[in-house]
Amino acid sequence: MDFRVFNLGLVDFKKALQFQKETFQEIKNNYFNGALILCRHYPVITVGRGGKIENIKVPLFELKNRGIHLYEIERGGDVTYHGPGQLIAYPVFNLNYLKKDIHLFLRQLEGLAIDFLSDFGIKGLRYKGLTGVWIDKKKVASIGIAIRNWITFYGISINIKKDDLDNFSLIKPCGMDIEMTSLESVLNRGVEIDNIKNNLIDKFRESYKDEKTHNL
Amino acid sequence: MTKVVLPELGERIEKATVSYWYFKEGEKVNEKDDLVELTTDKATFNLPSPCSGMLSEIYFHEGDTVNIGEVLAVIEES
Repeated sequence: MDFRVFNLGLVDFKKALQFQKETFQEIKNNYFNGALILCRHYPVITVGRGGKIENIKVPLFELKNRGIHLYEIERGGDVTYHGPGQLIAYPVFNLNYLKKDIHLFLRQLEGLAIDFLSDFGIKGLRYKGLTGVWIDKKKVASIGIAIRNWITFYGISINIKKDDLDNFSLIKPCGMDIEMTSLESVLNRGVEIDNIKNNLIDKFRESYKDEKTHNL
Repeated sequence: MTKVVLPELGERIEKATVSYWYFKEGEKVNEKDDLVELTTDKATFNLPSPCSGMLSEIYFHEGDTVNIGEVLAVIEES
């Protein structure tokens, strides 16, 4: 399946969500079948449908003092943090043209993140029942999506910069007592997000290149 | 009476959890309105209303688990 690519750069979470929803409408109206939106966010905490506010470990005024917005949103999953040190991919894909299989789509996101890490000589892992991508027992990529009329939005965030991990201490990521890690932490060197975006885009292209566009 | 059935969601997916009803019992709905949202793994998804009418009875509420093929609600068509 061909898809369009949009690089939003560093963008407010709500603006990126608005862009996703506009893109969703265009795909719903059959202007095209899919779009991959890449971006980074200013510090923000989001709570998915499966989430509990109690998984935010500090008082809400503390988030405000730190300039971190909080949004309850309609994706799957619990609490997560997004910051400028992550590379985020929001695939807005029409599964009517791929496979209408929700778990398969989640596994595909895990698979291409694992392939992305292998470009850096890192072995990413998946554990059954713990959706996301791990390096040993530390989480490096978080996944949460929403599907409406079989069109996906939200997606995957990959921790790249080591110094942006600190804010994960404000929450129980994904509602669990887990340790987060990043590409820089594992490689022990600096990584510029702008230099590696194309690696991730390539993994999406490889993952979906053999998916024939099915006519409805 | 039209049944709102949980459809196939993919291979090996046997159930989902109701996360949000967009309408209450007794309310009018239009065909294709978002009727209910469910969750499976780290995904939410919607079921659109199959017809226009009144949402007369909800069998599974927020937090309940529904098996594929089960009836979540019925709509009295107008």
